[in-house]
Amino acid sequence: MAGTTLDDYTDRYARRVRGMTASEIRALFAVASRPEVVSLAGGAPYIAALPLDAVGEMLGRLGSEHGATTLQYGIGQGTLELREGICEVMALSGIDAACGASPEDVVVTVGGQQALDLVARLFLDPGDVVLAEGPTYVGALGVFQAAQAQVVHVPMDSDGLIPEALETAIAEQARAGRRVKFLYTIPTYQNPTGVTLTEERRERVLDICERAGLLVVEDDPYGQLGFESEAPAPLRARRREGVFYLSTFSKTFAPGLRVGWILAPHAVRDKLVIASEAQILCPSGYAQAAVSTYLNTMPWREQLKVYREVYRERRDALLDALTDLMPAGTSWTKPGGGLFVWATLPDGLDSKAMMPRAVAARVAYVPGTGFYADGSGGGHMRLNFSFPPPERIREGVRRLAGVMEQEIATRQVFGAVRGEGPRRRAGSDAPGPALA
Amino acid sequence: MAKTAADRPELTEPAAIDDLHVLVLAGGLSYERDVSLRSGRRVLDALRTVGMDVELRDADIALLPALAADPPDAVVIALHGATGEDGSLRGVLDLCDVPYVGCDARASRLAWDKPSAKTVLREAGIPTPDWVALPHDRFSELGAVAVLDRIVDRLGLPLMVKPAQGGSGLGAAVVRESAALPAAMVGCFAYGSTALVERYVPGMDVAVSVIDLGDGPQALPAVEIVPRNGVYDYAARYTAGRTTWHAPARLDSGVATNVAEVALAAHRALGLRDLSRVDLIVDADGRSHVLEVNVSPGMTETSLLPLAVAAAGLDFGRVLSTLVARAAARRP
Repeated sequence: MAGTTLDDYTDRYARRVRGMTASEIRALFAVASRPEVVSLAGGAPYIAALPLDAVGEMLGRLGSEHGATTLQYGIGQGTLELREGICEVMALSGIDAACGASPEDVVVTVGGQQALDLVARLFLDPGDVVLAEGPTYVGALGVFQAAQAQVVHVPMDSDGLIPEALETAIAEQARAGRRVKFLYTIPTYQNPTGVTLTEERRERVLDICERAGLLVVEDDPYGQLGFESEAPAPLRARRREGVFYLSTFSKTFAPGLRVGWILAPHAVRDKLVIASEAQILCPSGYAQAAVSTYLNTMPWREQLKVYREVYRERRDALLDALTDLMPAGTSWTKPGGGLFVWATLPDGLDSKAMMPRAVAARVAYVPGTGFYADGSGGGHMRLNFSFPPPERIREGVRRLAGVMEQEIATRQVFGAVRGEGPRRRAGSDAPGPALA
Repeated sequence: MAKTAADRPELTEPAAIDDLHVLVLAGGLSYERDVSLRSGRRVLDALRTVGMDVELRDADIALLPALAADPPDAVVIALHGATGEDGSLRGVLDLCDVPYVGCDARASRLAWDKPSAKTVLREAGIPTPDWVALPHDRFSELGAVAVLDRIVDRLGLPLMVKPAQGGSGLGAAVVRESAALPAAMVGCFAYGSTALVERYVPGMDVAVSVIDLGDGPQALPAVEIVPRNGVYDYAARYTAGRTTWHAPARLDSGVATNVAEVALAAHRALGLRDLSRVDLIVDADGRSHVLEVNVSPGMTETSLLPLAVAAAGLDFGRVLSTLVARAAARRP
């Protein structure tokens, strides 16, 4: 008797599908959707801060008055109207016509995630190496893993990616005879750390990559969400060539519309469009119209200020609560913008092993292991402050502190215990996108 | 001789179940919320397929008002973890005079706590591996090293470490050398305050589902579990393709009969009702050892009870609807 595996396709899957298994850590996030749980695990913007009545009315009109175009197929590159709007948004960050930004070189994508996937499709062969900050965005790890590329992490400190470490990593890969295709970086209010690459380091990182002939893929979803001062200008504002700039309206307007973009050099632009057409034919006409109408008719700059103000207050609530409540030996980043704080646990604690305790205590976070391709990072956790209100953030940190105290006590009883198994797949230690 | 599914009891005729309003409870706040939601949707689909009026709900703040406003004829508890299995929710349903599929609150509480259930099984002469159950506090008071050394001396190696309560293999680990024991204890205590440390019995992993369609409890064909990587952990349980299930298990008929008898004996000893799933090891000599008994067995696409129902040649929806009709008939 052969028995059944309940999956008759096991032998037919592509190699990249291996390792796509159920994950107990990912399953634990299911409770975070219950209101009893304070979720510091998500990455969702606080959409309630939008003028939803006005946005809703605008969305209605796009169907009733302009449905003949908004509900029709469009061109693969995205509408000119939106690409012009995108250039206006980028100009706010310093990427303007003077540095070669043009609607002609913008490709509209289905969120920043498709932008990443397109770059991977264009540049990565199986076995290629991608350099990325350690830790880095979990969704990028998933894309690179699907492309069967190898991610090599470059360490960061509170000033962002460490240039010397980048040079070392490039040299090591060269010595090992491996081909590094690009540096993937989120230089501003990085996910998951909230850290920003300093002005001085931006130039050095660009110089190092230029000398090594390395492309730079700059992912900038959070750059316009600074709380105190303007962020240093994006890398793309400093170099016309060699930098691909990816961003999204998910954090500055609404992630439900799934609209992002890439600004790429001319020659690459055409290939991106062809690759995108093969994936999706064209981005949603309706979503593009929603974003361009929003940019053209609603006070989007004011809305950015609203988001910044809400998030600044919540970041302060999180930092204050961490200062007041965390056990000795815990440290954390102090982000100047964005959505996340990265906490480093007292020696010996493992954020992944601690997850069940946290769920029992009705608080959720993302274990640091979710942000490394090699399963390291257990000594860290990502805390989100954009979604829960300040008083819930404080309550969440209070619960988290209790969980850590318990875990410290258990580890004291049984002695220092290490030894986590290798992770199966990028993303298996992080929640899905729907988690707030 | 144990009664088996080959005896084919009469299933309730569809006409009798058309009018029943059924509530499936799934979700909850346990570690197994995700599994429970899958179980709940599967039960919902199965009952709808046979024409029942079914609704799916979480066990949350809105539950009691909903029960009061529109009392169902019966509830199916597809909740795993404490809410569904420690008896407390069943107690609340009793307070509301709402009948439910499965055992009562007292039996549920007993089966949920593995050390208590093992004590009952042993007293009833049902084989279960030697064990010790210890709360975290005892280790801190007496010193972990001394206690662990004593456990290894007494029970030997390998050992199975798991939380005294809970399922889906969460927090469970096989320990083959003493040095690995502290890490297994830490992993276990992350999921609960009391650990069950058990002598590890090598052999064939089988699960026997027991159902009572009105003719007394009957054992469905045993399902044999062969995880691809040798460990039946969370990924192996809930990823199709990671485990091979043999239903019926590849056992000699004498051994299969014994396995069914032991499972039925465990079901009865714990005072269970309607349905349960008994997890056992069959050792090299064909002897059965009961590991644990589940009062709210998984109903997902990769769960064992639905596989056993299919192996018995029964229809999952008809089996569930019969259990629902029997529960509804218990309405006070």
